[in-house]
Amino acid sequence: MSEWQPKILAILCNWCSYAGADLAGVSRMQYPPNIRVVRVPCSGRVDPLFIMKSLQSGFDGVLISGCHPGDCHYISGNYVARRKFAVLKPLLEFIGIEPDRVQFSWISAGEGERFATVVTKVTEDIRKLGPSTKLVKKL
Amino acid sequence: MSSIIIDTSASRKVRELLRFLLESGKIDAAVTMRKIPEDSSYDLALITDASNLDEAVPIVPVMTVNAGQVLSSISTSGKKIAVVLKPCELRAFVELVKREQGSFENLLTISHTCGGVFPLDLVAAGKIEELLPKYEKIISKGEVPANTRDTCRACEHFIPMNADITVAVAGDCESGKGCVMYLNTDKAEEYAEGFSGERGELKFDPSALKKMLDARLLEKEKLFASITEDGPGLDRLLDTFGKCIGCHGCNSVCPICYCLLCDFESANFDYNLPYFEEHLSRRAALRLPPDTIFFHLGRLTHMSFSCVGCGMCSDVCPVGIPVAAVFRKTGEKTAALFDYVPGRDVEESIPVMVYKEEEFSDIG
Repeated sequence: MSEWQPKILAILCNWCSYAGADLAGVSRMQYPPNIRVVRVPCSGRVDPLFIMKSLQSGFDGVLISGCHPGDCHYISGNYVARRKFAVLKPLLEFIGIEPDRVQFSWISAGEGERFATVVTKVTEDIRKLGPSTKLVKKL
Repeated sequence: MSSIIIDTSASRKVRELLRFLLESGKIDAAVTMRKIPEDSSYDLALITDASNLDEAVPIVPVMTVNAGQVLSSISTSGKKIAVVLKPCELRAFVELVKREQGSFENLLTISHTCGGVFPLDLVAAGKIEELLPKYEKIISKGEVPANTRDTCRACEHFIPMNADITVAVAGDCESGKGCVMYLNTDKAEEYAEGFSGERGELKFDPSALKKMLDARLLEKEKLFASITEDGPGLDRLLDTFGKCIGCHGCNSVCPICYCLLCDFESANFDYNLPYFEEHLSRRAALRLPPDTIFFHLGRLTHMSFSCVGCGMCSDVCPVGIPVAAVFRKTGEKTAALFDYVPGRDVEESIPVMVYKEEEFSDIG
């Protein structure tokens, strides 16, 4: 059997990060093929439960990305998202999820290269952590 | 602002005040704890006629329901209501008002320094009468009664934060004699005008309760440590919440969980045939009902920072999960991020509803 590959859910905002991913693609930049992309209208749309649920359903990590603070298409969606993630972090810590499994990043539509770099870094971080077994439903 | 010296038991004096307010027509109704004579039990009652006040025991260490929660359904009736609340109930109501689930406009809030409440099983067993004298003695000395709810023993917010009237029953006086009723607001002065009792200009002094505060903080440390005895993490979490039978009782008694339709009871969590087929295709067994632990994680992300630590959830849990302690512990961490104290100030916004442009630069 081939080597274990991390499976990572990437939740990208429609206006910045998804376009950033697109740019990385049309610019033929290389990045690990471990992410599965879900496009959301805004990072503010991401309920912390989505993150929990994806870890529980067997994803090894989650990357959430939206517009840079100040650049939100809906003015303040990513500011609100940032607060929600701030609340989520100590909670993940409390339940024993390694902090690197859930990562947040701001990537604009012009930052194709940054997108490739972030995905590479996130994939490597999660590869180091190994498969996520903690929250995966066993019961 | 003035104060009233209480020449009788604090509970009786508050009852007299409610009677005065009802009889003089200053209020239309009173919300207070009441003793049910036939079965030595207690309930929370909405009383509109002074003749029904005889059984009222406004100050009693029993919480059958978080009064803040029920208040949200009656506070906007337009009627003037005086309500006697424990400090955490008042804070819960403040949190609800922030969520547009109630209003202070027609309310006169009466609260008291709180020694903690007895668990409901002691109430149901009819033990309160016999426990009361000792309880009163202990709190008058500024100590922490041992058989109260675990979150009560670990609660540092036992002094009401925004009550119109504060009745001091703990620390500096015995509930029987010499307690003081402090009128904190103009509203309180206006309502209490004409009410009997020796007036003074005393100011509430929290330092008298320093001993109780220290004892509680110590208890809190112990309680928080007990949740993560074997270290934090998922194994421990499974131990803690693995017992959950999915009754959602903790959610229904929680004053902060106000959503008419909880996400976990909505169609998002309808378990249908495709759900089971999909899950069973990946592994051979599935717990029923599913998502019992996920439910707690969801509640933690949704409202832990607003938890007032009233302890209702732990008290009603049929399998003895220390829900309240977990929520208090995580809530304290999440609230600290925003320097937030649930129920401190009605003008203070709920942390996840507002933002600052310059903050959390470490995220992203």
